[in-house]
Amino acid sequence: MQALAEAAGKFIFFIGLIVLQIAAVLTWVERKQSAVMQDRIGANRATIFGMRMLGMFHMLADMLKLFTKEFFIPMGARKFIYLLAPMISLLFALVGFAAIPFGDVLIIGGREIPLQIANIDIGILYIFAVLGMAVYGVVLGAWASNNNYALLGGLRASAQMLSYEVAIGISLVGVIMVYQTVDLMEIARAQGQLLWGWLPQWGILWQPLGFLIFMAAGIAETKRIPFDAPEGESEIVGYFIEYSGMGFGMYFLTDFLETILIASLTVTFFLGGFQVPYLYADGFHFPWGQVVLLPNIVVAVLQFLSFLIKLILLLFIMMAIRWTLPRFRYDQIMHLGWKILLPASLINILITAVVLTLIG
Amino acid sequence: MNVHDKYKPLTWWDKTYIPLVIDGLSVTLRHFFRNIRLHILNVLGIKTKERGAVTYQYPEEMRPLWPRTRTLHRLMRREDGSPRCVACMMCETACPARCIYIVAEERPDVQIEKQPKIFNIDLGKCVFCGYCVEACPEDAIRMDTGIIDIASYTRNGMLLTKEQLLNIQPKVENYVARPDLVEGQPIY
Ligand code: SF4
Ligand code: SF4
Repeated sequence: MQALAEAAGKFIFFIGLIVLQIAAVLTWVERKQSAVMQDRIGANRATIFGMRMLGMFHMLADMLKLFTKEFFIPMGARKFIYLLAPMISLLFALVGFAAIPFGDVLIIGGREIPLQIANIDIGILYIFAVLGMAVYGVVLGAWASNNNYALLGGLRASAQMLSYEVAIGISLVGVIMVYQTVDLMEIARAQGQLLWGWLPQWGILWQPLGFLIFMAAGIAETKRIPFDAPEGESEIVGYFIEYSGMGFGMYFLTDFLETILIASLTVTFFLGGFQVPYLYADGFHFPWGQVVLLPNIVVAVLQFLSFLIKLILLLFIMMAIRWTLPRFRYDQIMHLGWKILLPASLINILITAVVLTLIG
Repeated sequence: MNVHDKYKPLTWWDKTYIPLVIDGLSVTLRHFFRNIRLHILNVLGIKTKERGAVTYQYPEEMRPLWPRTRTLHRLMRREDGSPRCVACMMCETACPARCIYIVAEERPDVQIEKQPKIFNIDLGKCVFCGYCVEACPEDAIRMDTGIIDIASYTRNGMLLTKEQLLNIQPKVENYVARPDLVEGQPIY
């Protein structure tokens, strides 16, 4: 009972108060960041009592619009699947966050609470499963809408996502080899150890190639530019072409949630997860011998903030990539996935194995 | 020369797309940080020479017009207040959109034969080419009012009659000799 309440509390805090809020703010960031990058100002017309708040109210306006719009079901659509598909999409984007360690343990009243919604000791496999399920929402929605453009989008999405899942999976084998575990919490903890007494062993240090492959394949998994062939506004509009109202809203939200999921996975695997350099469970131990003891609650908050800051920086970079690159042609996507990322991830395993054997 | 000669084939390193992504990101991020710096300075109330954005927030902020920009038409008057137009139909003939409609009438003054009884311009059809101004032998019609917010809820509202055209108040302040030298900050 207590465990259930704990899990529910963590779920509400991490997903309801952190992840969904970041997703909402991302809709604003997407508008404003792209505007500033392109020498524009960006959306600023939504006002409340004449206040503009840098266009922040567009989030509310969007939500209001999507909720109040008619949810139209096209003629010939498979009604049940058509309704179900966006929910499947959203569900699998959300459950992925269950395995992400947002921090180490927090001790409240002598009770150790790991800051991870579900302590799954096969975390990486769970993540693979969730990422693999993400394609179902897209394909089912596309197939059920009885529209050729949607179908094309769905076909492209399934081909692209299956191809890049291979690269994602193999690029993480290197991480598993280095840290000898598939538990995300253990991976994040292992990144706190120091190399030569001063360098934090973040994943990117051991796996620079793995990091690049994972980022590229991860962006492809989110189906955003430059890998947005399934959406391709200018040619086929996308697998959600028939969706309106909240059905589209769910796909829209899934887009941002998947971006956040990929960014948090990258942080967990390669950027030290929740680790702050030299911060341990009892406080800072600097390499020059200085020790600053901190209570557990401060440590937990610092770790959580560290995770958030890394996440936000990574999201910034992903947004910048999204607003910089043009869309890859379909054959370029396949070329990049099968002929570059896949061999590169295999080479990465080889290099990792050789290096680990040499070091011992 | 083959047009394709000027494109270097991608090298192996280029094909990984990494250098190209870095190139692109360096351009966009340079713009981002330059603009965000200007925006922050501006929000803090510090005036800068450059604008953080090239866009104008139109209804609040009027874009300065170059002196030769063609804006809403007006009909000119003589010293005695009567229309300068002699109803020669030159502008009506020149108009490619056929949006000018003139009916001439006799003028009491013997020196000048005619004057317009009706002079309508349908701005819903007008393409703002300025041919009417060029065609006019009397300098009776001009497009220098500086008014560009021409809109109406009905088609009839877009039709300007002789009286309206004669009584338009020009907003000459919208015209600036060198708009490219105007300094100012965008509205957020
Ligand atoms: S600007 Fe061109 S289209 Fe408009 S009234 Fe004059 S001649 Fe006709
Ligand atoms: S060309 Fe000039 S003078 Fe002739 S009808 Fe037109 S406005 Fe009048």
